[in-house]
Amino acid sequence: MEELRKKAREALASGAAQVVLGYGKGSGKKARAVFIRKPDQADKLILDDSCVQNLAVYLKKPEVRALGKPAIVSRLPTMRALLQLASENQVAEKDLLVLGVSHDGKLLDLPEFKAMEDYVATAPLELTAEERAELDKIQKLSLDERWRYWQEQFAKCVKCYACRAACPLCYCANCLAECNQPQWLPVPSHQRGNLEWHIIRAMHLAGRCVSCGDCSRACPAGIPLHLLNRKLAEELFRNFKSRAGMSAKGEYALGVFKPEDKENFIK
Amino acid sequence: MAIDKKLLKKESLDQLFSRLKSSGRSILAPVNRGEQIFFEQVNSPGEMAKDYIQTTLSAKGAVFPRCEELFSYRFEAQEVKLEDRKSEPKPTVIFGLRPCDAASFAVLNSVFTWDYQDELFKSRLEKTAVIGLSCKKADEYCFCASVGGGPGETQGSDILLTELSSGNYLAEIVTDKGRDLAALAPELFGPAPAEDKEKNLAAVAKQFELKTLNAKLSQLFDKNQLWVEQSLRCLGCGACAFVCPACVCFDLQDEAGRKGGVRLRCWDSCGFSLFTLHTSGHNPRSVQSQRWRQRLMHKFAYMPERQNFVGCVGCGRCSRLCPADMNLIEHLKEIAENRE
Amino acid sequence: MSEFEPKIIAFVCNWCTYAGADLTGTSRIKYASNVRMVRLPCTGRIDFMLLLKAFDQGADGIIVSGCHPGDCHYTAGNFHARRRWMVFRELLDFIGIDLRRIHFAWISAAEGGKFAEFVNQVTGEIKKLGPYESFQKAMSAGIE
Repeated sequence: MEELRKKAREALASGAAQVVLGYGKGSGKKARAVFIRKPDQADKLILDDSCVQNLAVYLKKPEVRALGKPAIVSRLPTMRALLQLASENQVAEKDLLVLGVSHDGKLLDLPEFKAMEDYVATAPLELTAEERAELDKIQKLSLDERWRYWQEQFAKCVKCYACRAACPLCYCANCLAECNQPQWLPVPSHQRGNLEWHIIRAMHLAGRCVSCGDCSRACPAGIPLHLLNRKLAEELFRNFKSRAGMSAKGEYALGVFKPEDKENFIK
Repeated sequence: MAIDKKLLKKESLDQLFSRLKSSGRSILAPVNRGEQIFFEQVNSPGEMAKDYIQTTLSAKGAVFPRCEELFSYRFEAQEVKLEDRKSEPKPTVIFGLRPCDAASFAVLNSVFTWDYQDELFKSRLEKTAVIGLSCKKADEYCFCASVGGGPGETQGSDILLTELSSGNYLAEIVTDKGRDLAALAPELFGPAPAEDKEKNLAAVAKQFELKTLNAKLSQLFDKNQLWVEQSLRCLGCGACAFVCPACVCFDLQDEAGRKGGVRLRCWDSCGFSLFTLHTSGHNPRSVQSQRWRQRLMHKFAYMPERQNFVGCVGCGRCSRLCPADMNLIEHLKEIAENRE
Repeated sequence: MSEFEPKIIAFVCNWCTYAGADLTGTSRIKYASNVRMVRLPCTGRIDFMLLLKAFDQGADGIIVSGCHPGDCHYTAGNFHARRRWMVFRELLDFIGIDLRRIHFAWISAAEGGKFAEFVNQVTGEIKKLGPYESFQKAMSAGIE
C-alpha cells in the first residue's frame, strides 16, 4: 500500500498524471473509487480485499476524462479491461498510466501496454474450482430446471441497468436499449423485457467481457449475471481459443472467423 | 383519532394471517431469496424473513407497480377500440413494513394526487392496508430521524407492531383501516401491555437538520464544482431510484402487434441520461453531475417547496445498494454542515 | 380435437435458401405448410435477436438457413453467422431455451429437395414438442 501511495505521489508531483484513480475507504466494509489530484492526498489510497471494483469503468465518464491524464490502480480485471478497450480504440496508451497491482497486492512496473500484455499472458485465467462448480451447478440442471431458475432470477430484475453502468465494456453512447426506432428492446421490466435485455447484453459482451464480476456486484436484486457472461467467455475459449482483454491489438472473436470453424448443429 | 394500544401474541400471527386471507385479502411480506429480501405474497408468518434491518426492494410496487397496464386497444377495420384495464387491484395487506417505508406512501400520494388524480394509484392505495413493524436494529445507513421519521413512528401504518422483550407485540391501531383489520380477529388483540415501547426501538440519531439542508440547497444550484466533485464516482446506474420507496418517476410505453396493443406504465429514473434527452438531441442534463444535483434538489428542495413533503424517508437503501458507494447521508451532511 | 399445427419462422438468405425454396415449388415437391419465410440478403445479416423475437411473437419453431460455407454470395457472411450461432446457442441453452426448436441448415439454390426434406423433418419434430407454452407464458408475465 505504501509503495502504491509513493508511486501515486510521484506521478502527481511530476505531472506524469493529473489524477490518480484508485480505491479509498468507503462506508461499512466497502471501498470506493477516489480521484486524487494532489500529492498530499495520496494517503487516502488503500489496497486490500475490499478493493474489487473495476476502475476502468470511470473512463466512460466525461467528467473524469476532464480531470486530465489518469493513473489507474489496476488489478488483473482492470488491466484486461484496459487492453480490451484499447483493442476497441477507446483508450490510447499515451493517455493513461497503469499502476498495476498483482493478486497479492504488490505494485507492478508496467510502463507500457506491452508489459501489461506480458503480465496478463502469465496470469491464471482459467476458472477456479469454485467458479467451475458455480457454472456446473446450473449446467447440470435439466432444460426445464434451467428455464425455471433463470425465469426466477430475471423476475427480480427491475431494469435499473446497473449492470450496464458498472461494466467498463458497456460504453456505447447510444445503447441499443435506448433505441426506439425500432423499439428493439422492451423498456418495461416485465418478464419479456428482462429476458431480452439480459440475452442482448450477454451477447454484446461475448468475446469482450473480462470477467471482473462488477455486473453481479452492482445488481441491487442479486441476480448472478456474471454467470451468463462467464459461460460465454468459456465457450469462446473452448471453440475459438479466444479470450478478451489479452492484447491492445486483440481481435473481436465475433468479428473474425476461420473457414475451419467447426460446429455440429448445421445440417 | 386516538391510537388504540393492544397486545398481539406472537403465536396469534398464524391465526391473524388466516383471517386476513379468508377475508379475501392477499398478504405481502418480506421473504428471503438468497441474500436478498423481497416483498412477496405469503400465506403464513413462517414464510417471512426474520432478523433483518431492511428489505432489498421497497414495497412501493404494491401501489405503484414496476410494470402496470393502463389500458389496451384493438385495431378493427379502420378504427381503434380502447378497452379499460381488465383487472381490479386486489385488497392487500403489507405485513412487516418498516416505519420509514410506511411513511413513503404519503410521499407517493402527494405526487399522484397533486394536480391530477391518478385513479389507478388511488384505487391501489385505498385497497392496501399496512401492518408495520418497528425497528429494533438500525445500521449506519438508516437516517429516518433526519427526515422527520423514526424507528417507531406510526405515520403510514394502519397497525404498527413493536416487538417486546417477551417476543409478543405491542399493536398500535392507528387508523380506521387498522380498526377494520383488527375487527377480523378481535380476540387476538388483548389489553395493552405495560412495557415501554421506546425501550424496544433502535437508536437512530439525527445526522443533519432538514431546515438547514433546505436553506443551503436553495443556494447551491449553480455551484457546479460541488456537484461534479460529489458525483465523480457515480456510475449513473439508476439503482437508487428503483430501490427507493419515494421515487415516482415513470415511463409510458405502448407495446402493440398487428391486432392491437397495450399501454404500460413502468418505473424510470432521473439518473439515466435518456431521461431528459429531447427529440432535437439536446440534453439539459447531459452529464452525471447535473443528474446528481437533480436527485438531491428534487427530494430535498423542490418537493418540500411544492408539495410540503420531503421526497425521502431515510430508509438507506440507496446507500446500501449503490455499487459506487455514493452514500447519500455523507453528501447531505457535507452540504448541511460545510456549505456557505 | 384438431392436430397441433406449429408456427415455424424461417430466416433464410436470398441467394441460396430462398432460391432453393423457389426451386422446391417449381419442382412441384410438396412440403409442410407451417413455415413462414423471412428473406434476408445474407445469413450474416441475421441479428441473433430476430430469432428471439420470433419466439416472442408466438413461433413454436425456427429455421435458419443460408449458403454453404465458402459459397456465400457476399463471400464471408455465413462464416460470421456461423460463429454468432455457435455462441448464441450456448447462451440460449444455458438459460433453458429449447434448442430442439431452432434448426440450422446450409441449403443452396440447387437443393430444392433438401429444403422440402428439411422443412418436413423440422415440422415433424416441432409437432411432437407441441406449442412453446413455457416461453409464451413468460412473454405475458410481470404486468400488473
